[in-house]
Amino acid sequence: MKVAVIVFPGSNCDRDMYHVLTDVFNLDAQYYWHEKELPKNIDAVILPGGFSYGDRLRAGVIAANSPIIKDVQKIAEKGIPVLGVCNGFQILVESGLLPGVLLKNESLNFMCEWTNLIVENNETPFTNQFKLNAKIPIPIANGEGRYYADDNTLKKLKKKNQIVFRYSEIVNGSSNRIAGVCNEDGNVVGMMPHPERAVESEINPVDNKPSSLIFESLLTKMGVGN
Amino acid sequence: MTSFNVHVTIENKPGISDPEGETILNDLVLKGTHKTISKIKTAKMLKFTIKEKDKKTAKSKIQEICDDLRIYNPMVSKVTVDVFDS
Repeated sequence: MKVAVIVFPGSNCDRDMYHVLTDVFNLDAQYYWHEKELPKNIDAVILPGGFSYGDRLRAGVIAANSPIIKDVQKIAEKGIPVLGVCNGFQILVESGLLPGVLLKNESLNFMCEWTNLIVENNETPFTNQFKLNAKIPIPIANGEGRYYADDNTLKKLKKKNQIVFRYSEIVNGSSNRIAGVCNEDGNVVGMMPHPERAVESEINPVDNKPSSLIFESLLTKMGVGN
Repeated sequence: MTSFNVHVTIENKPGISDPEGETILNDLVLKGTHKTISKIKTAKMLKFTIKEKDKKTAKSKIQEICDDLRIYNPMVSKVTVDVFDS
């Protein structure tokens, strides 16, 4: 199974993600520069974290106009799993692949700390191995991570089961404590916390197994899981 | 063709919190002697220079750029476009 890790100018979690995909989960991952085309035989796409274009104008908005985003849109329409982490989530939102927007944290601070997520939707390609309401200890590292959507969008998200993760407590002022959402079809998922920084016991002071299930869910979706 | 300066102001829509503006108001301005201030809103301004035949065309062209390239996020922000002679 081939996983594309997209690299934008200013991505800085691409290598962490690549390491986890290849060394921890034995996946066939490959980097794709944002100006390249994606091949047709890709099985999953990951937009990693970082600060594409230095967050200029607004986090993710300039990268959302990268040539490769058109290919990501086509892949998303085919139902192929797409995951955006942190800046990757911001890019998915700014490119219209996911609803809502990510604003500056209420504290106006860059927040780098461990949080707990609650799984609200266990039917996506990245959450199918979780029990509903499962808890995931996982770090955040962002300045613009406050998820916001207007009331109508929030109602729709709830109705269509598009809220994938919530923080267990108020972290940054996100609407309804939302930490991750998916598109209507459920194959495109965006999340602010960093699963690639939480799946190895050496760097997870709490429990690395829940975060690992995000990648194991993808393996299961592709038919190569346990 | 004439050169115009176009100021694009991006600010939060009413109802979207502006913690930076609130902090400037509450923790700086109101802590001094300026008690008549009731509100401060932060905004981002982009200054364009554009060559067009007239002010009206310059304004509509810049508005089009703002909409097409998502210079502002319409869910949370609004833009004001002001044209000046350069």
